Amino acid sequence: MSDLRGKSAIVGLGMAGVGEAPGWSAMELLGLAAVEAVSDAGLRMADIDGVFAATSSHAFPTMSVVEYLGLQPRFFDGTNVGGSSFEMHLLQATMALDAGLCDAALVCYGSNQRTAGGRLVSMSEPQWHETPYAPRHPITAYGLAASRHMAEFGTTRAQLAEVALAARAWANLNPDAFARGPLTLDEVMSARMISDPLTKADCCLVTDGAAAVVLTRADRAKDHASAPVYFLGAGAANSHRSIAQMPDLTTTAAAESGPRAHAMARVNREDLDLVMLYDAFTINTILFLEDLGFCPKGEGGRFVEGGRIAPGGALNVNTNGGGLSCVHPGMYGLFLIAEAVTQIRGAAGERQLKRCDLALCHGNGGTLSSQCTAILGSGATL
Amino acid sequence: MTGDAMSYGKGPQAIYEAYLAQGRFMIQRSERTGEYVFFPRIPAPSGAMDLEWVASRGTGTVYAITVNRSRAGSKNVALIDLDEGVRMMSTLPDVETAPIGSRVIARIEPWAEGHRVVFDLAEKGAG
Repeated sequence: MSDLRGKSAIVGLGMAGVGEAPGWSAMELLGLAAVEAVSDAGLRMADIDGVFAATSSHAFPTMSVVEYLGLQPRFFDGTNVGGSSFEMHLLQATMALDAGLCDAALVCYGSNQRTAGGRLVSMSEPQWHETPYAPRHPITAYGLAASRHMAEFGTTRAQLAEVALAARAWANLNPDAFARGPLTLDEVMSARMISDPLTKADCCLVTDGAAAVVLTRADRAKDHASAPVYFLGAGAANSHRSIAQMPDLTTTAAAESGPRAHAMARVNREDLDLVMLYDAFTINTILFLEDLGFCPKGEGGRFVEGGRIAPGGALNVNTNGGGLSCVHPGMYGLFLIAEAVTQIRGAAGERQLKRCDLALCHGNGGTLSSQCTAILGSGATL
Repeated sequence: MTGDAMSYGKGPQAIYEAYLAQGRFMIQRSERTGEYVFFPRIPAPSGAMDLEWVASRGTGTVYAITVNRSRAGSKNVALIDLDEGVRMMSTLPDVETAPIGSRVIARIEPWAEGHRVVFDLAEKGAG
């Protein structure tokens, strides 16, 4: 296998409409983020010759993006593996750049689903063998996973609540986070039950928001306006489509994607400064901490106790406030990357980590179906 | 019956649903390996193609369960591990919820334009 470590770098970042953006369409927000990312990279839009996109509302996202931005790309990929699409796009963009199929890759996403109706928008089709039982995905699937984790390992609702409290504490340090303000254990524990054992407080936000990043080959990256954030490795794994086909509801395919990403990046878990985990629901954070090896299987609930993943804790997790308290516009995966880039650049303001050279972004798609892990680093990690 | 999928004249989903309409809960099994398959499909996860239809014993265990709460009422959605070793989504319509590990028994009931398999607790009064 050819070595992709350090072969590309993120040289531009843009975000738009994070939170609430009434009066803006999904594509308009995406356009704002893309323009900002290209400008941040010191490029012209016409320089973009690779397009990577997936959205919740476009059947042919790369076609729509190409038309809207007036691009003439040589290479494009619209792989849609839900919220994990963008970690996959980092890998695909790096392959395309390394192969010379494009020179400047745009990875982008946009959604206005909060102001367009306030409900999670999805193009996900029902599964015929599930339809008679009226699951309300995604929460039904994640409720099932949480029920099994509790039964098998004794995980408690208070431990799930710790995840929500940590996310809010980080969000309170992030002026761009949508859900800010005090949050108590009692408030989380007494929130309305939606799909046992998950309450409203265990669920991610439904917000608007767009994000975009620009990647170039590493040998060109130093010429750009912003300090490059290097692609060090990525790995993917897909275990199922429908939750009933997931082999073990307490172990996700992150247990495979994580080691693949680490093998490519040749970095140790202990050296990570930042861990960005796709927290669509509180149980996700616990599952991914376990599956990515931060604690043994079944110990995730105990691991997050006592503010261990909150500001000042032993492990820096979801420093933007996560999907739970910062932003979750349907597919959140690109916002994991945006926060990692912001932290590695040292531009995270009050929530800035003292040292952030190495960050892991873990995307999740479907109903714990697709798991894609990407590892990013500063120039010091090359 | 042979395991040649084409010999059935229609696809596994249609066959499964037609059996349900006859009041029969049938699942697939590889003749050669004995491996059971659910949901019905062309190849088994192992790759086996010699799938035949056999009656499920209809007994199983609750593997995971959640309750959808809404103004319209509460309905549980469960994953049931059938004793044949395959898992399916279903519901226990007669109880609000049930402990994981509960033993359950299948029955077929009309649903929308077709039929569906639902489960009851094996020991009445439990849950």
